[in-house]
Amino acid sequence: MAPNDTLSLVWAAIIALAVFGYVVMDGFDLGIGILFPWLNKGDDRNTAMNTIAPVWDGNETWLVLGGGGLFAAFPLAYAVVMPAVYAPIIAMLLGLVFRGVAFEYRARTTRLWLWDAAFAFGSTMAAFSQGVILGAILQGVRVTGRSYSGGWWDWLSYFSILTGLSMVAGYALLGSCWLIYRTEHSLQDRAFALARATGMATLAAIGGVSLATPFLNHDYFSRWFEVPGIYLSAPVPILVGITAIAFVRALRRRAEVQPFLLALLLFLLSFIGLGVSMFPWLVPGKISIYAAATAENSQIFMLIGVAIMLPIIIGYTAYSYWVFRGKVGHDGYH
Amino acid sequence: MFDAISAIALARLQFAFTVSFHFIFPSFTIGLASYLMVLEGLWLKTGRDVYLQLFRYWLKIFAITFGMGVVSGIVMAYQFGTNWAVFSDKAGPVIGPLMAYEVLTAFFLEAGFLGVMLFGLEKVGRKLHFVATCMVALGTAISTFWIIAVNSWMHTPAGYAINADGQFFTTSWWAVIFNPSMPYRLVHVLLAAYLTTALVVGGAGAWHLLKDRRESRAPREGTRIMFSMAMWMAAIVAPLQIYAGHVHGENTLEYQPAKISAMEGHYQSYPGGPGGGAPLILFGLPDDVAQVMRYKLEIPQIGSIILKSDIEAPLDGLDKVAPENRAPVAITFWSFRLMVGIGLLMLVMGVWSLWARLRGNLFGNPWLHRLALLMGPSGFVAVLAGWTTTEVGRQPFTIFGLLRTADSASPLAAPAVAASLVAFVIVYFAVFGVGTWFIINLMGHEPHPGETGPMRGETTRAAGAIPDIALAE
Ligand code: HDD
Ligand code: HEM
Ligand code: HEM
Repeated sequence: MAPNDTLSLVWAAIIALAVFGYVVMDGFDLGIGILFPWLNKGDDRNTAMNTIAPVWDGNETWLVLGGGGLFAAFPLAYAVVMPAVYAPIIAMLLGLVFRGVAFEYRARTTRLWLWDAAFAFGSTMAAFSQGVILGAILQGVRVTGRSYSGGWWDWLSYFSILTGLSMVAGYALLGSCWLIYRTEHSLQDRAFALARATGMATLAAIGGVSLATPFLNHDYFSRWFEVPGIYLSAPVPILVGITAIAFVRALRRRAEVQPFLLALLLFLLSFIGLGVSMFPWLVPGKISIYAAATAENSQIFMLIGVAIMLPIIIGYTAYSYWVFRGKVGHDGYH
Repeated sequence: MFDAISAIALARLQFAFTVSFHFIFPSFTIGLASYLMVLEGLWLKTGRDVYLQLFRYWLKIFAITFGMGVVSGIVMAYQFGTNWAVFSDKAGPVIGPLMAYEVLTAFFLEAGFLGVMLFGLEKVGRKLHFVATCMVALGTAISTFWIIAVNSWMHTPAGYAINADGQFFTTSWWAVIFNPSMPYRLVHVLLAAYLTTALVVGGAGAWHLLKDRRESRAPREGTRIMFSMAMWMAAIVAPLQIYAGHVHGENTLEYQPAKISAMEGHYQSYPGGPGGGAPLILFGLPDDVAQVMRYKLEIPQIGSIILKSDIEAPLDGLDKVAPENRAPVAITFWSFRLMVGIGLLMLVMGVWSLWARLRGNLFGNPWLHRLALLMGPSGFVAVLAGWTTTEVGRQPFTIFGLLRTADSASPLAAPAVAASLVAFVIVYFAVFGVGTWFIINLMGHEPHPGETGPMRGETTRAAGAIPDIALAE
């Protein structure tokens, strides 16, 4: 049974939504982990942790939806990409192991430094690996027939290292803006300073990756710099510039919510830029969303589930964020 | 040098290792979530503080176990692609949607309400908090439903067709989900999770009963309640589980006879007729190379009664299966005996506890407590032994009769798989070892009034008070 091309598009949109949902939501969780070494030991770190303790598990579930969704909707792409990025995937998973257990272990341990370190290390490793995975897919993978045919170090390149570091910077930005939004006093002051630094780093990273991507292959180049592609793609960098200016001004004004929203906007724009480069490929130049899609009846069957469940999920996720709203102290919620 | 065969062997080892570790946690969280639901329900109904104590006591343990279950589960979700790419490509259209449904209907539900369950009692009030606890428990059960549907389909595939690329696709979702072995496996696994939990709770209770006795002090109320609840569970669920396992076995005989032959150790067939039925081999040394059972201790004719309810029924052995399709006997045979043996021990303990209870001596019988303490971790052993029986008995196929394990793996070089396997082994033992140690430590304290919740920096507070208000500006 063949896939239905319209439904393949719908499914690509759903997966993109899940991945974006993951990136912004677990992004600030991981960002707090990345910034952990720059937060004061003790109360400040407890506070930072308490801002995300009730929601991180739900945030991480979007990763399962992204990966599981790729498996379900585009099994061929899943089967080709996963072996291609084998090492960074394993590194990401192990990073998430350390990060995830740290939430519970910190509450029980007498060696706080150890699990603080595990939290920071795990978060950073997961973020870096995710960036590397993105870079490795963008730069292309070798495919023969229906399977991956490269080696297990093919993913490693200057470009994938660059995207890895960019991801760390971007998540750290989200994390610091989240802390501005959810904390107060000296921790918030620290978060403002960190937001300034990570904001600069993120803008530099966006610039670096944007400049490097078009030169990975001619297809990307023509999308970004040749007519007619440039009409579609030009607004993206312009909007990034405007957002950056607004972000810097919001920090100066010591606004508490705008920095987070503007950081999210930066991620959204980068994500759209990524879409401009990738569409309609899942494996660049090799496997398109139409070729990788699962059978039509599988697409329909799952779509029913998504249509019913996604609004419900968003509903109770919002509820849980609402329950734990407001400023957070080191001993729990105010 | 490594060759292609050993890459597959390593991938299998890695899957077995990571999934076994993963499943240790769900088999406890599934049961514990329901137990917490019951405890909180009792607290709401009776208003007795002891139930809140027990709830908070086990909630801390639940939080740690759940955390370990989540992080090891995410590894599983990606393992299909990294190590079993060909399998993923081919079976994706059938099992992918079921796993997507698991994420949509179960994982989000568990994760979404977990925060409220762990930290929200003072924020949302008792009723809503109870709803959150119920949702988490429901989520674990729904999760079991879907993943067992996936797994069972790999054992007894139904409702599918195969296209030109060798990809499976679905002809009937109903037939895929409720495939022939699915209801049996679901019941057996859910009961296994409840039993496992009951035994851990009972083991912790028994430990404190013994300790209090040694230090000649009266056990606290919480200890007595949890021990008693656990013994009720063992007494009721162990016989149910044995019956469920038996029916499950009859189902397997119908759909996967080669697996039954391996479990029972029947290399050769029995013709049936008077005196020709199959024996029940209790113990023996399986020899897969020569395909004979050595030194066997058997009860004549009983095998035919158990499997076919007829002392004269014939039974096929592995000799009726093509040599390249035979399941390995040794592991299947022994792991099955381990599981059944533990199941029978659980039954013994349940019956003994009933008897002690009748005589009014449930809390004063140190030998019963010693047995309960010993049996504390046995559920995990039985569960892993059961899975090993099931999975190894399916070999040499990943999708029974249709897709061979040897044809399922990713095109990866052995060093890649070996390196990741080593990384998993080191990290899992270190990280989950520490978690287990925390849990044992928590269980080493007796549940007491003023039991705290799972957050760091949280101070002891009186039940129902809202101390956070005082700290807000
Ligand atoms: C019989 C039950 C059962 C079985 C056989 C499995 N799991 Fe599991 N899994 C659960 C029962 C469960 C659970 C009870 O729902 C968990 C345990 C702790 C938790 O958070 O949810 C879970 C967690 C869990 C998570 C994390 C969910 C989250 O983010 O909240 C993932 C991704 C998986 N599992 C995936 C798998 C895969 C791919 C399996 C097959 C190889 C598997 N599980 C076997
Ligand atoms: C969680 C409990 C489970 C345990 C303890 C378990 C155990 C095992 C073991 C021991 C093996 C290795 C068999 C061998 O190589 O001889 C194996 C293989 C496998 N199992 Fe399971 N299993 C579990 C659940 C599942 C589930 C839920 C699925 C499907 C969704 C599954 C799918 C597989 C696959 C794909 C393999 C690899 C191929 C193979 O070697 O058969 N298992 N499992
Ligand atoms: C003494 C009674 C028991 C009998 C007769 C029995 C029977 C069985 C059988 C026949 C299977 C293999 C099913 C297949 O063909 O794949 C099985 C699997 C399994 N058993 Fe048991 N069992 C018993 C006790 C237990 C206990 C006490 C536990 C755990 C607490 C347990 C946990 C499992 C699990 C987790 C599996 C793998 C999943 C499945 O296939 O259902 N069993 N059991």
